[in-house]
Amino acid sequence: MALFLSVLEQGMIYGILALGVYITYKILDFPDLTVDGSFPFGAAITVRMIGGLGLPAVWTLPAAFVGGALVGMCTGLIHVKLKVRDLLSGIIMMTGLYTINLWIAGTGYVAIFDKENVFNNSFVKSILPSFLLDFKNVIIIFLITLAAKYLLDWYMRTKSGFLLRAVGDNDTIVTSLGVDKGLVKIVGLSIANGLVALSGCIYAQQQRCFEISIGTGAVVIGLASVIIGTSIFKKATFIRVTSSVVIGSVLYKACVALAMYAGINANAIKLVTAALFLLILVISTDRRRVKGC
Amino acid sequence: MLELINITKNYNPGSVNEICLFKDFNLKVSDKEFVSVVGSNGSGKTSMLNIICGSIGVDSGQILINGQNIVKQKDFVRQRRIGRVYQDPSKGTCPGMTILENMSVAENKGKPYNLRRGVNKARIEAYRDMLRPLNLGLEDKMGIKVGTLSGGQRQALALLMATMTPIDFLILDEHTAALDPKTAEIIMELTDRVVREKLVTTIMVTHNLRYAVEYGSRLIMMHAGNVILDKSEEEKRRLNTDEIMGIFNRISVECGN
Repeated sequence: MALFLSVLEQGMIYGILALGVYITYKILDFPDLTVDGSFPFGAAITVRMIGGLGLPAVWTLPAAFVGGALVGMCTGLIHVKLKVRDLLSGIIMMTGLYTINLWIAGTGYVAIFDKENVFNNSFVKSILPSFLLDFKNVIIIFLITLAAKYLLDWYMRTKSGFLLRAVGDNDTIVTSLGVDKGLVKIVGLSIANGLVALSGCIYAQQQRCFEISIGTGAVVIGLASVIIGTSIFKKATFIRVTSSVVIGSVLYKACVALAMYAGINANAIKLVTAALFLLILVISTDRRRVKGC
Repeated sequence: MLELINITKNYNPGSVNEICLFKDFNLKVSDKEFVSVVGSNGSGKTSMLNIICGSIGVDSGQILINGQNIVKQKDFVRQRRIGRVYQDPSKGTCPGMTILENMSVAENKGKPYNLRRGVNKARIEAYRDMLRPLNLGLEDKMGIKVGTLSGGQRQALALLMATMTPIDFLILDEHTAALDPKTAEIIMELTDRVVREKLVTTIMVTHNLRYAVEYGSRLIMMHAGNVILDKSEEEKRRLNTDEIMGIFNRISVECGN
C-alpha cells in the first residue's frame, strides 16, 4: 500500500514536470535540457522559503512557478536573441543553474523535516477527516496536478495558446500572422519551465528535503512520461493529451518501482531509467513503422 | 502603391561563390493591380517576394509602401498587412490544428493574441459560409485536423486564411505549382474570385504561362534579376500564351538552358 501510494504521489508530481516537457518537446519541438536545472531550482526556492526564511508553504507554489518561468525565459532569450542552438541553450542554463541552486539552497542537502509544508500544516489537519489523513499527500498532489493540467488545457484554448501550438507546427504561419515567432517560443519555454519548477517545489515538500542531484535525469523522466503517455493513448480521443502525459508519468514511476521491487540495486537506478527509456522509444517507433509513416 | 527602388542584393558576398541577384532593381505596383510574374528558375521571382515580405534582407535600396520606407521593418511587422500563400501547401496552415482553429487564429491577425478564448463560437457559421463556396466539402469537416487534408484542400484553406483579414497586398508564390492540373485550376479560379472580391493588390509568381496570360491585370517577365517584359492590361489582352512562350524560350536559349 505504501509503495502504491508513493508511486502515485511521485508519478503525479513528475506528471507536472511531464506537462512542462510536453510543451517543449511535443508542442515547440525544442529539446529543452534546462529541465535538469529548473526542477531542482524550484526545490531550492522552496527549501529556502520554508526553511531559511520561514515563509508560509503555500507561497512556495507560485514563487517556484514564477522562478521557473524566468529561467525558461532566459533559455528562450539565449536561443532566440543570441541565436544559440536549442540544445546548447538548455545545456548552458542547466550548467549555470547548478551553482545558482546551491546558492539559493545554501548547501547541496537541506532538510525541512520539522517545518510545515503544503501537506503537513494545521489547515490540512483541520479540514481533512482523520481516516483520510494517511492519504493527504496523494489527495493534495492530485488536486495540484489536476489544477496544473486544467490551467494548461485552458491556456491551450486561448488565442495565445493557439499561437504556441502554431509555432511548433509551422512557424512560418506565425510570422504571416504578424507575430514575432521568437517571442512565442520564449513564452512557451517560460510556461514549460514554470511547470517544471512547480513540480520540483512539490517534490521537495513531499521528500521534505532538497538535494542538489535531484535534477539529474529529470528531463529523461519527463520525456519518458510524455512518450509513454502519448503512445499508449494515441488512438484514444476521449482522453486529453495532458491527462495522458500525467498518466504516462505515473506508469513510468510504477515501472521503476517494479524494477526496484524486483530487487535491482538502488545504485543501478539510472541504468534502469536509461534502459527503460530506450525500451519505450523503441516500442513507440516500432508502432509508427507498422503504420507506414 | 508598392515601390522597389534600386534594390541590390548579393548572395554570399565576399566569397568566390558571390552571386549578384539584383543590381539596381526597380518595380512599381499600383493599388489594386494584379501582377503575374513569370521567369525561369533563378531569375529572382521568389527572391523578389521574399524581399518584399522581409524574409530576406537587401544590401541597399528602398521598399516603399504608400511612400513609407519599410526596409528596416522586421518580417513579422511587414506581414501584418501582407497575406502570403506559399508553393508548399503545408506552409500556409497549421497541420496539427483543426480547420476551425486555423481559421480562428487567422482571423485574429492584427489583433492581440491574448488570453481570450481562441475559438469564437459565434463565428463558426460565418466560417462555414466562407468555406462553402470552395466546393471542397470543408464546411462539414471543421473539426478535423488540417494535416489530414489533401494538398489542394490545404491550399484553398491557406488562400482563404491569408485573405480573411484586411490586407494591403496578397503575395502568391507559385501557389498552384505543387497541385495536380485540375486542383490547380480550381485554386486559380478561387484566387481570381478572391482578388476581385477583396480588390487587393496582388503579386503572383507562376510557372504556368497560361495562368499568367489569362489572369491578372499586368504581366511581368523576369530574367537574371531584371524585368525584361512588362505588359499592361491592354497589351496583355492581345498577347497569347504562344508569344510569351516564344520570348521565354529565346531567353532560356540565350542562357544556355
